Amino acid sequence: MSDRYQQLVNTPIGKIVSKQIGLPNPVRLERYERGQPVISGPVLFGAAPGGRLAGATVQVLAAIDADVHTPMQEEVRTAAADAHLEAKVFNPDAAPEEQTFKALVFDATGIADSAQLHELWAFFHPTIRRVRKSGRVVVLGTPPEDCERPRQATAQRALEGFVRSVGKEVRKGATAQLIYVGTKAEPQIESTLRFVLSPKSAYVSGQVIRVGATALTAEGIDWELPLAGKYALVTGASRGIGKAIAKVLARDGAHVIGLDVPGLQRELEETIGELGGSTLVLDITDDDAPARIATHLLEDHGGVDVVVHNAGVTRDKTLGRMDEDRWDMVFQVNLSAQERINDELLTREAIRENGRIVSVSSMSGIAGNTGQTNYATSKAGVIGMVESMAPAVGKKRLTINAVAPGFIETQMTAAMPIATREAGRRMNSLAQGGLPVDVAETIAWFASPASGGVNGNVVRVCGQSLVGA
Amino acid sequence: MNASTRRVAVLGGIRIPFARQNGPYARASNQDMLTATLEALIGKFSLEDEVLGEVAAGGVLKHSRDFNLTREAVLGTRLNPHTPAYDVQQACGTGLEAAILVANKIALGQIDSGVAGGFDTTSDAPIAINEDLRGLLLELNRAKSNAARLRAITKLRPGQIVPQLPRNAEPRTGLSMGDHAAIMAKEWGVTREEQDELTVRSHKNLAAAYDTGFLDDLVVPFLGLERDQNLRPDSSVEKLAKLKPVFGGADGTMTAGNSTPLSDGASAVLLASEDWAAAHNLPVLAYIVDAQTAAVDHVHAREGLLMAPTYAVPKLLERNNLKLGDFDFYEIHEAFASQVLCTLKAWEDPVYCRERLGLDAPLGAIDVAKLNTHGGSLAAGHPFGATGGRIVASLAKTLKENGSGPGLISICAAGGLGVTAIMEAAA
Repeated sequence: MSDRYQQLVNTPIGKIVSKQIGLPNPVRLERYERGQPVISGPVLFGAAPGGRLAGATVQVLAAIDADVHTPMQEEVRTAAADAHLEAKVFNPDAAPEEQTFKALVFDATGIADSAQLHELWAFFHPTIRRVRKSGRVVVLGTPPEDCERPRQATAQRALEGFVRSVGKEVRKGATAQLIYVGTKAEPQIESTLRFVLSPKSAYVSGQVIRVGATALTAEGIDWELPLAGKYALVTGASRGIGKAIAKVLARDGAHVIGLDVPGLQRELEETIGELGGSTLVLDITDDDAPARIATHLLEDHGGVDVVVHNAGVTRDKTLGRMDEDRWDMVFQVNLSAQERINDELLTREAIRENGRIVSVSSMSGIAGNTGQTNYATSKAGVIGMVESMAPAVGKKRLTINAVAPGFIETQMTAAMPIATREAGRRMNSLAQGGLPVDVAETIAWFASPASGGVNGNVVRVCGQSLVGA
Repeated sequence: MNASTRRVAVLGGIRIPFARQNGPYARASNQDMLTATLEALIGKFSLEDEVLGEVAAGGVLKHSRDFNLTREAVLGTRLNPHTPAYDVQQACGTGLEAAILVANKIALGQIDSGVAGGFDTTSDAPIAINEDLRGLLLELNRAKSNAARLRAITKLRPGQIVPQLPRNAEPRTGLSMGDHAAIMAKEWGVTREEQDELTVRSHKNLAAAYDTGFLDDLVVPFLGLERDQNLRPDSSVEKLAKLKPVFGGADGTMTAGNSTPLSDGASAVLLASEDWAAAHNLPVLAYIVDAQTAAVDHVHAREGLLMAPTYAVPKLLERNNLKLGDFDFYEIHEAFASQVLCTLKAWEDPVYCRERLGLDAPLGAIDVAKLNTHGGSLAAGHPFGATGGRIVASLAKTLKENGSGPGLISICAAGGLGVTAIMEAAA
């Protein structure tokens, strides 16, 4: 699982050699450790004139006790004053080059016309080279579908191209995201802003996230233990990414109900036992599995708050060589079981208010992959399931979202042929593979009670892979 | 004591041209300069043999023997020797503080007339003997026997010959005033261009004040100098851009051009009750309406050393039911161009006004066309104690010519101090 190349280029000599001959130079990404501040370094916040998110953004920055700098811009400074945030003043014309930032945050909601996209240049041109190692670039916009006028929608849609390009330009482990904040969703941005600013989003870059309005609030939430008192079902929890998910949800305070097939019972019990959770051993493709899961959750825990559909299989063959069993097996585990479990849990109202359904899709589901017609179809189906169910689920005061992992360092990828593995690792903006914890952190953000406004999203955890981008 | 207060009239002022350090006034003492200035004031207002209520004046760099300098200066003038006098010292706020002290006594009816003045020489500066040597000499003085005297003398060391020079540094931070101003400039993102533009405006305004004759009765030649030595009428942003930074490191924005030079000079203003002015047939130019001092915590809270006026002015405004934009003229002492710009930015900043000043809304911007309209310290120079008198005299005449409106004075000072005042035109 170790990335020898990364270790090599990060030695003093390796750094010189890789720079001289232009090899990719993956830095060691900062990852979250318990008790860390959300962001360790100064944050520069600016806004296009007429934006609507300065107040909400500054409140979050004040809440996370960030060292905030802003341009001498009345709207932004007034917002900071209202939040009792002693924001420092930043003037790129006067600041020495060595003044750098851990994050650049820009409220682009004021951009109502393509001509005003100039504001992006005005804010980022003098600051983009001031982004620190493992830094963050965050642009806040209005979802084009929420815009009243075509020109506004056009300009807001244009932000995607900007953020995706910035993600490729910033180096040293820095990331760039676009958060589309729906009308009246201003109070909902905190969990998402915290996630994208923090090292929890280490391997998430070039993503477009939508935050919508909801009546649910997370007042009084303990951000160190957001899932305290919550029950989380994780399928395929005994090892790999599922194990990481169980660990992170438990770290966030959840009681984890780990589910896996009978063949992995011992591993499951070991993993979940350490986390103080409980186990449920069954095959999710069994006809009676959805009913048994629902009954177990209702009887033992009075319901569930978070359902993570992580269990998945691959049965790779090119289509012409693929037998019927390989095809069917993948669909049953990766998609049909999720649908049937969701239906059963929703029908029996086993998911409590402000509950979460999170599915694991895949980069293959977005981009397709040779030898994975079955797998990619099932994972694209997961995206379809999230998108189609989101409106109805939202009405029930629940959310459904998916992560789409890219190249994640697991036992599965360690077994790949070296050429395929190296290509997979390097062909992304961060020039390295992700870790299971990166997927888990993203799921934990979806799972947070504060993420009620995050519904119907598919967020890739792929280091902004070139594949399917 | 009087229960009611009286209006305090500014009848006018005068100063000698300000010289650069080690320039034409290199051999002039503080007392020489103050005496010459008081003499000019006496001549201007026919005060020969007059017994004034008091003369209050002061400077920053004084010899220890000059504890009664102002009284000594008065004794050297044509004023009646029965005129009392005392020395004042509040760093760069000295001159304005002296005017406030005299004004307050007039307002209370304790005196009917008075002169407020200020002076400073950075050329004829006090040099103290080495602190070790001083201790030794005092020990020698205390010794009662020859043996003890001998013991003391054996402690003499060659190094003790090195004298103690006055330092332009804050005692509690060890940083020079320029270093402090550079920190402020960085905090507020003040650019080199902004500072140089303000500097050029200061020079142009002062040059115009000479050319139009505005300063004819405000400045009297001294030791062959007729105009402020530091004045560069042909100053331009292009020329200033060539100067190297002197504060804030290699990429600092503060130069010898947009910082005030060390200078020598003196000033004095005549204040009185309206009755005294009428009795002496002297026209009133303006009134001193109110004054306010403030201080910042530059030591523990690391506030900007020269930002105290930002605290003082809102209090003045509230007490006098005025807004920052209500003034016809603003006299903000230009210790450094960056100091003025930081002050203006602070008053415009919602965060600073709310979090530091406790205001619901920022004080707002001022019209720079009304700022230091007859030049400021950047052009004239800044003999520390003399600046307040220069400003009061200049603003009084400006208000008189304008015929109406209030004017604001704001002076920052070492030690995190600020002295501010409001003046109003005489009807």
